[in-house]
Amino acid sequence: MSKIAFFVLAFLSIFSAMMVVFSRKPVHSVLSLIFCFFTIAGHYILLNAQFLAAVHIIVYAGAIMVLFLFVIMLLNLNAESEPHKTSAGKIAAVVSGGLLLLVLVSVLKSTDGLQLSASPDSQVGMVKNLGMVLYDKYMLPFEVSALLFLTAMIGATMIGKKELD
Amino acid sequence: MQLTNRSKVVVRKEMSLAERLYLPAILGGLFITFKHFFRKKTTISYPEVQRQFTPVYRGHHVLKRDEQGRENCTACGLCAVACPAEAITMTAAERKPGEEKLYREEKYASVYEINMLRCIFCGLCEEACPKEAIFLTDKIVHSGYERQGFIFGKDKLVEPVEADKRVDISGRLKAHRKN
Amino acid sequence: METADLIFKIVFVLGVFGVSLVIAMYSTYAERKVAAFFQDRIGPNRAGPFGLLQPLADGVKMFMKEEIIPTHADKALFILGPSIAMLTACMTSVVIPWGSSLIINGKEFVMQITDVNIGILYVFGVVSIGVYGIMIGGWASNNKFSLLGALRASSQMISYELAMGMSIIALVMMTGTLSIREIVESQPGAHWNVFVQPLGFLLFLICAFAETNRTPFDLPECETELVGGYHTEYSSMKLGFYLFAEYINMFISSAIIVCLYFGGYNFPFLNSLGLSHNLTAILGTVLMFGKIFFFIFFFMWVRWTIPRFRYDQLMRLGWKILIPLAVLNIVITAVVLLFKYDLWNTSIN
Repeated sequence: MSKIAFFVLAFLSIFSAMMVVFSRKPVHSVLSLIFCFFTIAGHYILLNAQFLAAVHIIVYAGAIMVLFLFVIMLLNLNAESEPHKTSAGKIAAVVSGGLLLLVLVSVLKSTDGLQLSASPDSQVGMVKNLGMVLYDKYMLPFEVSALLFLTAMIGATMIGKKELD
Repeated sequence: MQLTNRSKVVVRKEMSLAERLYLPAILGGLFITFKHFFRKKTTISYPEVQRQFTPVYRGHHVLKRDEQGRENCTACGLCAVACPAEAITMTAAERKPGEEKLYREEKYASVYEINMLRCIFCGLCEEACPKEAIFLTDKIVHSGYERQGFIFGKDKLVEPVEADKRVDISGRLKAHRKN
Repeated sequence: METADLIFKIVFVLGVFGVSLVIAMYSTYAERKVAAFFQDRIGPNRAGPFGLLQPLADGVKMFMKEEIIPTHADKALFILGPSIAMLTACMTSVVIPWGSSLIINGKEFVMQITDVNIGILYVFGVVSIGVYGIMIGGWASNNKFSLLGALRASSQMISYELAMGMSIIALVMMTGTLSIREIVESQPGAHWNVFVQPLGFLLFLICAFAETNRTPFDLPECETELVGGYHTEYSSMKLGFYLFAEYINMFISSAIIVCLYFGGYNFPFLNSLGLSHNLTAILGTVLMFGKIFFFIFFFMWVRWTIPRFRYDQLMRLGWKILIPLAVLNIVITAVVLLFKYDLWNTSIN
């Protein structure tokens, strides 16, 4: 049952990820990306990490992608207005993409088989256990990242302000 | 010059904390609308219930007959002269012997037309009439799809001869005679 | 899962779905009636006794109307928009506990479709997807008014989602759980959360108005400026879906308000009546629906009382007033909880 679900989800997430690249209209790309995030949230649920799935949807699909969509809708990009790419640029893209593929393949080859350490029945993904781990074992990194967010927030406010007094 | 003592000078002072919270004002507003919830409804469910007209309502015109069923109108033309919208036209004719039952005087209107698209229902025709022949009733003028249908001839204006089909204008007559 | 469980679940899911649709349907009727009563009118009274068949007449009208898709619209997305709006509206009712439990043939059936341990987060997730219905519909119409409405809707919903989430954090701190059922069960009798979290309730209520795009926050579809906002170009049942989704959202957010702050199916003295378990559960559900209907009425009451915000006022309220107040609420709750915890610890020692 969960195996079938995994394969369906995996197919959908790869398909939608490819649609992000291949679709002509930017808005369609963004929507495919949102769909991709949903399928990834589905993978989290399969791994019994419901909290992570919910947060993933709220933060990525619900907030960040809305802003993406927002910007792209305002820019009003169309397939027609897409700038024509030079052949040199295309060649460069192919070369760099091929290099990335090479690196990925070599990395995958160097790993000794795909062994998943966590079993799907793991309870780490549940809210309670996650909270325990975050506030107990990884207290310092957690607080430091909170500080990082605060700095980013203050920075955003400073940029958002029109004039500094 | 002061017309009323209801005028109010706008004060742009700082709002107090209670005012800035807005919640008391919103609650006040909610209370006001809630009071209206139980008020008597002003709607009149039209076809079943009809609004009462005042006795001086000015609607569809009628050309009256006297008690013996003779038309009052003598085609003097005073109504047409009085009409500010120039809606009334008429053609006068002489009463032939044998028509005494139909027309009260020797002269009568063979054609009497009111253009209802021009009429403003002011009632000046009624006031001008020396013979108490034309009155505005509480009947509503029907709507129509063509302009031609709004020129009302004698077929629509003169009241029926039958005593029970006469148009009752007693309310207006009283007001008319008082003037 | 046993067959009895399965049958109960299927019946229950269909029941919840049907009930929420019927309630949304009659909310449209109730809205018109309530509006009329507030304005000293009678309201719809021609279709059936007291106009009770009006929603059916409206539905038939919606289905029979001509369906127009603008020539320059993105067809697929144009259809996807209202579908997402309707889907997300219907999805939220899954985690709401509609009653305690029924015992049939000695077996206990919980009156909830599924008790997810992150119920509140699930609701937030679904609500945040709800924005897409409006955004996609507004953009795909290829109309500047629709686009403006969609942009307003999305920025409004993101802004108020923040304040909404922060107002709930205080509640979660108190109850220590994210499951809506456990939150409901933590407020037995008249120990409703609204009495201990009045500020949080007020913030949540205001944000609920904004999230459902109801007056005074109905800027996305404000007629005076944007014709009809994001659904300007929509007609027939696709428009119907948008309008209908709004009423389902209203019902669901009333249900969530009741669950989080008004004790859900709990009611004072309900358990001391000495009724059988099943009867108590059913009575609790009925009382819960009573509370929900009050909130639906409240939504309408406010709509016909308060005028619409201006856009900058809306943003100022969201960011500069509601969020600081929510943070204040969190801090106060934390201090009180800590103090109580210390007191409790010292009293034990």
